Amino acid sequence: MTTPAVTPTVTPAAPPASVTQWLNQRARLFWLAGLALLIIAPFVGVYPIFMMKALCFAIFACAFNLLLGFTGLLSFGHAAFMGAAAYGTGWLVRSAGLTPELGILAGMVVAGLLGLGVGLIAVRRQGIYFAMITLALAQMIFFVCSQAPFTGGEDGLQGVPRGHLFGFIPLQNDLAMYFLVLTVFVGVFLLILRIVHSPYGQVLKAIRENEPRAISLGYDVDRYKLLAFVLSTSLAGLAGALKTLVLGFATLSDVTWNLSGEVILMTLLGGLGTFTGPVIGAFSIIGLQNFLADRVGSWVTVIIGVIFVFCVVAFRKGIVGELVAWQKRKAS
Amino acid sequence: MDEIFGVPIQSFMAQLMLGLVNGSFYAMLSLGLAVIFGLLGIVNFAHGAFYMLGAYAAWYGAERFGLSYWAALICAPLAVGLLGVLVEKSLLRWLYKLDPLYGLLLTFGLALIFEGVLLQHFGVSGQSYAVPEALQGGTNLGFMFLPNYRAWVIAASIVVCIGTWFVIERTKLGATLRAGTENPALVQAFGINVPLMVTLTYAGGAALAGLAGVLAAPIIQVTPLMGSNLIIVVFAVVVIGGMGSILGSVLTGLGLGLIEGLTKVFYPEASSIVVFVIMAIVLMIRPAGLFGKER
Repeated sequence: MTTPAVTPTVTPAAPPASVTQWLNQRARLFWLAGLALLIIAPFVGVYPIFMMKALCFAIFACAFNLLLGFTGLLSFGHAAFMGAAAYGTGWLVRSAGLTPELGILAGMVVAGLLGLGVGLIAVRRQGIYFAMITLALAQMIFFVCSQAPFTGGEDGLQGVPRGHLFGFIPLQNDLAMYFLVLTVFVGVFLLILRIVHSPYGQVLKAIRENEPRAISLGYDVDRYKLLAFVLSTSLAGLAGALKTLVLGFATLSDVTWNLSGEVILMTLLGGLGTFTGPVIGAFSIIGLQNFLADRVGSWVTVIIGVIFVFCVVAFRKGIVGELVAWQKRKAS
Repeated sequence: MDEIFGVPIQSFMAQLMLGLVNGSFYAMLSLGLAVIFGLLGIVNFAHGAFYMLGAYAAWYGAERFGLSYWAALICAPLAVGLLGVLVEKSLLRWLYKLDPLYGLLLTFGLALIFEGVLLQHFGVSGQSYAVPEALQGGTNLGFMFLPNYRAWVIAASIVVCIGTWFVIERTKLGATLRAGTENPALVQAFGINVPLMVTLTYAGGAALAGLAGVLAAPIIQVTPLMGSNLIIVVFAVVVIGGMGSILGSVLTGLGLGLIEGLTKVFYPEASSIVVFVIMAIVLMIRPAGLFGKER
C-alpha cells in the first residue's frame, strides 16, 4: 500500500464575501420556508405518522452527517445505535413505566454509552478500516439484540405506550406527538449548526480535510473524533427513541446493516456536509419506500441499490450540494 | 464414551470440523478481498453477493440444465468472474481517483441490487443443492465420523488458497501484480497494460468468491441473504488479520473458523459474536491487525 503523499494543497480561491453572505441569506430563507411547510403539513392532510417517521429519520441522518459530512468518518453501523435506543426506550417506558421524556433521555444515554464503547475501539483505525470495524461491531450489537430476553426476538418489542409528556400533554394525540417530534428535530438541527460553527467544529473539519496536518498542529485527533462519534450516536439514539414512541414498537429491523446503509444513502443523496441535505434525503428515501412498498415488492431493495450506485458514480454532491454549486455559479 | 472437557469427543470433533469448513470460506473470501483491495484500493462489499451468486449459479445450473457439480465448479466462477469484469469496466473505473470510501459505498449498492433481484425471483426460502455422488457418505476415522464432502471442502479451499498465494508471490505475473500495487504509473511505463490487469484482478477475486459459493452450496441453504451475513464476519476477519499478507489472511480465516467452532461447543450463545469480540481485542492490542503493517 502506498502512503498518501503529503502535497501542499492549493486552497481554491474563496468566493467574495458578498457572495457567501448572499448564499447564507438564501439558505436561511430556505430553512424558514421548510420549517413553515413542516408546521402546516399536518393541517393540510399529510399523514402525520409518515411525517413523524420521516422526521425521525431526518434526525438520524443529520446525526450521521455530523460524522461523515463534517468529520469525514464513515460509520457503517449507525443503525445499531438507533436500534439500541429504540429498544432501550421501549423497554423502559413499557416495562419500567418511565415517562416519555425520561424514556427518550434514557434511550440517548444507552446509544451514547454504546457509541463510547464502539468509538473507543473504532477510532484506533482510519478510513476504510473505521467503516469495517463499525459495521462489525454493529453486527455484534444486532446479534445481542436478537438473542437478549428483553427485545422480544423476531417479534420485536410491541405495545409501547406514548404516555403523557411532562405528565399533562397526551401524546396519544397525533398532533401533540408530531409537534414534539418537530420541536426535537429543530433542536437537533440548531445544535448541529452550532457544533459545526464552533471552534470544535472547525477542528473536526480540519481532521476531515487533512488528518496528518491536524495531528501535527497538536490536536489530539482521537479524542476529537471520539467526542464527535459519541455526539452523533447519542443523536441517532434520540431518533430511535422518538421512533419507538411514534410507532409504539421496536423491531430487529431497526438494528440491521440495511438500515445503516439507508442512512448513508439518505445523507449522500441529500448532500454530504450540508445542513439540509440529510433532511431532504431522509424525506426522499422514506417517501419513496412508502410509495413503492405495496407496489413493487422486493424491487424496493433493487431501486435503493440503483440510487446508491447512481449517487456514488455521478451525483456525489447530492441534491443540496448541486443546488448550492449551481447558485454559486450563477452568483459569480 | 470418551470425552474432552466434559463434551463427547464425537460432537467435539464434529463442531471443530464445521468450524474448519467455515474457516475455509472465511479464508477464501478474505483472500479475494485482500487481493482486490491491494490493487484497486476498493473494499468490495459485493464480495458476499458474488459468493451468493456462485451458489445460485450452481443450483440454477443443476435445476435448469442438469449441470453437474464438477461442471459447476468451473462454470459458476467463470460466470461470476465475467460479471466482475462488467462491474469493473462499467462502474468501478470511475472511482479510482476518489476516496476509497466511495468504492465501499458503490459495491454496497451493487450488493443490494444483486440481492434484491434474486429475492424477487427466488424468494427468501432456502434452496438445497445435492452433495455430488462421489463425495457422499463419510469415513470413520475411529475417533470421529468424517463426512467426505466436508473434508473435500477443506482440502479444496486450502489448495485454492495456496495456489493463489503461489501465483501472487512466486510467479512473474504475481510480481507484476505486486509491482502494480506499489506503483501503477511506473508499471504502466514498462509497457504493461495496467487497466487490463486491474480488470482481471477484480474478476479473479470475484471468481474466487463464486467458487467458495459453489463449494458452500451443498452444505448450507442457498438463499439470497447468505452472502451479506457472511461478508460482515469476513470484514472482521480482514480487520483481525490485516490486509497486508496473503498467508496471513488465510491463517486468520481458518483460525477464526476453528475458534468459532470451539465456541459452539462450550458456549453456543456467544458463537455468533465471538469473531467480533476477538476483533475488538486485537484492535486494542495491535491496531494494525495480526499480520498487518501500519500504513
